[in-house]
Amino acid sequence: MAAPETSTAAVPTLYTNNTLRNAFGGVLSFFILLLIGVLAFSIRLFSVIKYESVIHEFDPYFNYRVTQFLTKKGIYEFWNWFDDRTWYPLGRVIGGTVYPGLTLTAGTIWWLLNSLNIPLSVETVCVFTAPIFSAFASWATYLLTKEVKGAGAGLTAAVLLAMVPSYISRSVAGSYDNEAVAIFALIFTFYLYLKTLNTGSLFYATLNSLAYFYMVCSWGGYTFIINLIPMHVLLCIVTGRYSSRLYIAYAPLVVLGTLLAALVPVVGFNAVMTSEHFASFLVFIIIHVVAFVYYIKGILSPKMFKVAVTLVVTVGLAVCCAVIAVLIALVASSPTKGWSGRSLSLLDPTYASKYIPIIASVSEHQPPTWPSYFMDINVLAFLVPAGIIACFLPLSDASSFIVLYIATSVYFSGVMVRLMLVLAPAACITSGIALSEAFDVLTGSIKFQLPGVTSNAEVDAGETSSDTSEAQTDEVKAEKPDDTSKNRPSKKSKKKERELAENPPAKATAKAKAKAEKKRLLALPLEASVISLLLLVVLGAFYVVHSVWAAAEAYSAPSIVLTTRSHDGLHVFDDFREAYAWLSHNTDVNDKVASWWDYGYQTTAMANRTVIVDNNTWNNTHIATVGTAMSSPERAAWEIFHSLDVKYVLVVFGGLIGYPSDDINKFLWMVRIGGGVFPHIKEPDYLRDGQYRIDSQATPTMLNCLMYKLSYYRFVETDGKAYDRVRRTEIGKKYFKLTHFEEVFTTHHWMVRIYKLKPLKNRIRGKAKKSKSKTSSTSSSKRSGTKKKNPWL
Amino acid sequence: MGRTSSTKEDAGALFHSLRSAYAATPVNLKIIDLYVGFAIFTALIQVVYMAMVGSFPFNSFLSGVLSCVGTAVLAGKSNFLSPLFAKDLPPERAFADFVLCNLVLHLVIMNFLG
Repeated sequence: MAAPETSTAAVPTLYTNNTLRNAFGGVLSFFILLLIGVLAFSIRLFSVIKYESVIHEFDPYFNYRVTQFLTKKGIYEFWNWFDDRTWYPLGRVIGGTVYPGLTLTAGTIWWLLNSLNIPLSVETVCVFTAPIFSAFASWATYLLTKEVKGAGAGLTAAVLLAMVPSYISRSVAGSYDNEAVAIFALIFTFYLYLKTLNTGSLFYATLNSLAYFYMVCSWGGYTFIINLIPMHVLLCIVTGRYSSRLYIAYAPLVVLGTLLAALVPVVGFNAVMTSEHFASFLVFIIIHVVAFVYYIKGILSPKMFKVAVTLVVTVGLAVCCAVIAVLIALVASSPTKGWSGRSLSLLDPTYASKYIPIIASVSEHQPPTWPSYFMDINVLAFLVPAGIIACFLPLSDASSFIVLYIATSVYFSGVMVRLMLVLAPAACITSGIALSEAFDVLTGSIKFQLPGVTSNAEVDAGETSSDTSEAQTDEVKAEKPDDTSKNRPSKKSKKKERELAENPPAKATAKAKAKAEKKRLLALPLEASVISLLLLVVLGAFYVVHSVWAAAEAYSAPSIVLTTRSHDGLHVFDDFREAYAWLSHNTDVNDKVASWWDYGYQTTAMANRTVIVDNNTWNNTHIATVGTAMSSPERAAWEIFHSLDVKYVLVVFGGLIGYPSDDINKFLWMVRIGGGVFPHIKEPDYLRDGQYRIDSQATPTMLNCLMYKLSYYRFVETDGKAYDRVRRTEIGKKYFKLTHFEEVFTTHHWMVRIYKLKPLKNRIRGKAKKSKSKTSSTSSSKRSGTKKKNPWL
Repeated sequence: MGRTSSTKEDAGALFHSLRSAYAATPVNLKIIDLYVGFAIFTALIQVVYMAMVGSFPFNSFLSGVLSCVGTAVLAGKSNFLSPLFAKDLPPERAFADFVLCNLVLHLVIMNFLG
């Protein structure tokens, strides 16, 4: 080894020993990864600092309630839990319809901590699960990108993922939702797949299947994995990259993965029967055929092989056509061709709006706007194409997978804004690769231009030539002119060995000298490199600033507590919790509360009351019933609610303070969904000139419907003019009385209003046609003119 | 006429060469081939049985079939691919991996069998 040591052996100069450099690089990488984990955790804590440690939004409340049940009753009760406090009177089989990964994870963490005598409450564990798993996710990104391009790219990608706003938006502290652990599982599964692909070891294939199992437990988006990996295998086969490692990476995953997926109760037999999984089986068959073909090719002479091919092709084609015809007949016989509604809406973005209004109404299922791309992945948006190009130089199995991943995730993120979350890791990986390659080129150029380096080029050549006697590994990658970074402490030394591995030692010195010369000619000018390096650092700074701003301002709102700043300071609107607390203290435990489905989870979790419909939206007819009730006049609505044993009705009203997500703004969906099932609700009845109006120009149907009345009852008493701050107009009907409902509670800022159904009168005055409560006869005659064939009267 | 006869004798030559090439593989690999064939045969029997009797405990059927396919895949990979690619893992490690994967597979199957 012709490597001279310097006096300060601890400081790595250009000529230190390879092992010392590697060790230093390893320690540095470890500390950097630790810091990345801390960064990922702490950037998500803004909501805890600004508000409090509270669970956000709607879905996390359901997960929180399930976790509470799990920690109280244990796992067997959890698997067999039939929840009768929601979707009254239908109930919901929780054990069979919930993705258990998140709740089991949080439950395990809680149990572990409690058994170590660290008494954290379930709520604290739930709130902080997401930041912890985002730290794990950034470490998984490091491992994944290291498989593709090396440790430098890995660190860059990990840092990018720790801060990417799209991922932050779904994993802040308090956002206790499936994606919090699912994204970690996704990245980890992909990492293990690439590791199996690169090493060909069955051990990693087993781990890959287990990670895939964890992903199936966690999120419905697992279908993305089970379709992306077969696509990639097909791509490899078609581009001639078939190898035994590909077979080992794929075949055990399909068998074990399908079995494990069928173990999860939510998926069950869907793992073998729905179209979402057929791609994996098809590619499973294809890879066996290809493996067989390669085997035959290996043992036959070429002439014989040609004969075999002609024979097989003629026979095989006939069989194939028969099988495919049977399959197509089977699949076409089902109306949705075997796909579930959500998956179909991904493939055909207009499907949901035509056939399933509920899926179309969820705001997360809308296509994203262009600005949301820059909001959510910021600088990465234009680093991604550079990363794609870097993946092609050279193209390996792993980098072709990354290219496929980013292409498909970009398409799906364009369909549904919620899937920007799947795009985020892909964008971080490719951007990390791009940034790392750029840094390589620039630092290499700088290094070659530094004075005192030219004489050392020969020493380096001598060093690398002596490394050729070490292990000769697989094929030499295409010589890149930017492969010059010797002062990079981590990975490039190994690449150098591989690159020069096949030169026989005799010609090494001459060849290495020529190499060094060639590299020097390809280096960029010094000033340009330095400035470009500085500009890249500034780019990173912009990204950091934007991410921190997004985390602090845009994505930290718990949406159960609202704040505004006005000239006299900070106003806090805590009306939701006020209303739920009132419900839990002032009503009977078995009382049923009806509201629009958005608030179902929160009501069951915080107020502990039975609800009629909630966010799970699995029963369209039930939701349509509630929607019809909200759109009907008082008496018809009373009938509907009374038949459902409802005692209290809850509406959210934002007109006093200007809260835009209230029930009047959601009213169009109540009409549409209700009208989809009960034809006597017709949307044009509520529209004036194609718009929903609540002012004096509103239609009489609108002014008489329950939602209008419950929202604006006594509203005129607030400011005398009944000015609605959200709709920016005075309301149409200001003075009216409620006949079938009575107001029991309105929160401080009028955001949540709770009404009680008036009981049946004991004595019925006047003509008793049916034994129901009667109001004045004038109102009933007015009502009968506006609708026909109402099944509720 | 000439064509069919030439195809026939081509087919004959093909089978002959296939058989001779296969006979040249070592005995160990032929035993593993037998094992794979047996596993697939068992899977086929299960499918025929299900077709006759009906698929009521579907999970049992699935786990049975997939266990056979799984063992076939795991065992077959070493045979299929030895002429193609020599893994750079030591054979003990490869065997340990194989055992681990089979263990996980059968654990899952026994859970799913119901």
